[in-house]
Amino acid sequence: MTPDQALLHRSIVDPAAPRPDGMIDSAGRPAGRRFDVYRNNVTVSLIEALETAFPVLRKLVGDENFRHLARAFLRRHPPSSPLMLFYGDAMPDFLSGFAPTGQLGYLPDVARLELAMRISYHAADAVPLARSRLEALAPEALWSTHLTLAPSVLVIRSRWPLHAIWRYNVEVGAPRPKPAAEDVIVLRPDYDPVPHCLGPGAATFVDALRAGRTFGEAHDAATDDAPAFDLSATLTLLLAGGAITGIGALP
Amino acid sequence: MSQTTKALAAAGALAAALTATLSVPAHAQAKEKCFGVSLAGKNDCAAGPGTTCAGTSTVDYQGNAWTLVDAGTCTEIELPEMADGSDRMGSLEALDRDLPQS
Repeated sequence: MTPDQALLHRSIVDPAAPRPDGMIDSAGRPAGRRFDVYRNNVTVSLIEALETAFPVLRKLVGDENFRHLARAFLRRHPPSSPLMLFYGDAMPDFLSGFAPTGQLGYLPDVARLELAMRISYHAADAVPLARSRLEALAPEALWSTHLTLAPSVLVIRSRWPLHAIWRYNVEVGAPRPKPAAEDVIVLRPDYDPVPHCLGPGAATFVDALRAGRTFGEAHDAATDDAPAFDLSATLTLLLAGGAITGIGALP
Repeated sequence: MSQTTKALAAAGALAAALTATLSVPAHAQAKEKCFGVSLAGKNDCAAGPGTTCAGTSTVDYQGNAWTLVDAGTCTEIELPEMADGSDRMGSLEALDRDLPQS
């Protein structure tokens, strides 16, 4: 008899669920206790995967609390893919509804940033645009052109001091976060992703470029959103981070 | 501001950004990609789970009921109400409701 697959899937991450019938070892004997060992290993390995995936979250709530949080998460969100690279993509939404950490309103955004760092790490490589191509652009041509951004560039908008919270937990001696909203851009100048704090309007600028709008349209959208938008600082950040990979017509 | 004026200003901003990044080395080709290596000085594996050979499990210390008590660096981050006043960054709630039935 083949064990019921739906029950198997459920019981594999839930020790309270009954074992499926029909599980036997190689000699045909009942293998219930072996199954218990197996499902315990599944739970522990997923907790370990989440510890690797969300080091800042773990540091924020502490090791023991994180284990509880991870266990509750994996029971509700078992992996949907055999690839563990992006396991935990449901974490931000899960945290939004997780009562024990409800007081720490910034946790979902921290999870979003940690996910973005991983997505950025595994994003396709892209060669930064040669500086000469930008230097050669006439003002009107610049205004009406499209800029292509590297796939590893990701933006997270936050009403929390997200970058400062991240930094405080990964950098020795970093200043304590102050209450201010911070949008974050993840750039990957070499091979490791690095988060940077974005000034007002910059997230709108980058999102508009990503959405296929022209340089001029993106600039107008950013200044409409935040009159203090600093184009030069934003371009400096993007250039230094190797984020601009093409100009002209969209591919 | 006319579009020409804005385009000129934007070109100026681009020129300034190009100048500011002149000294940034073109280092993308200078390093070998190394999977699973932590970011220097950071308690972090950039590649995420499933990319290194994590040992198989030991024991899942599982309790029937649990509470979240203050631990970790969240206790050091004390912020007043954010602009919209809807949330206050405080401590973890010590709760044992809404817990997984384990």
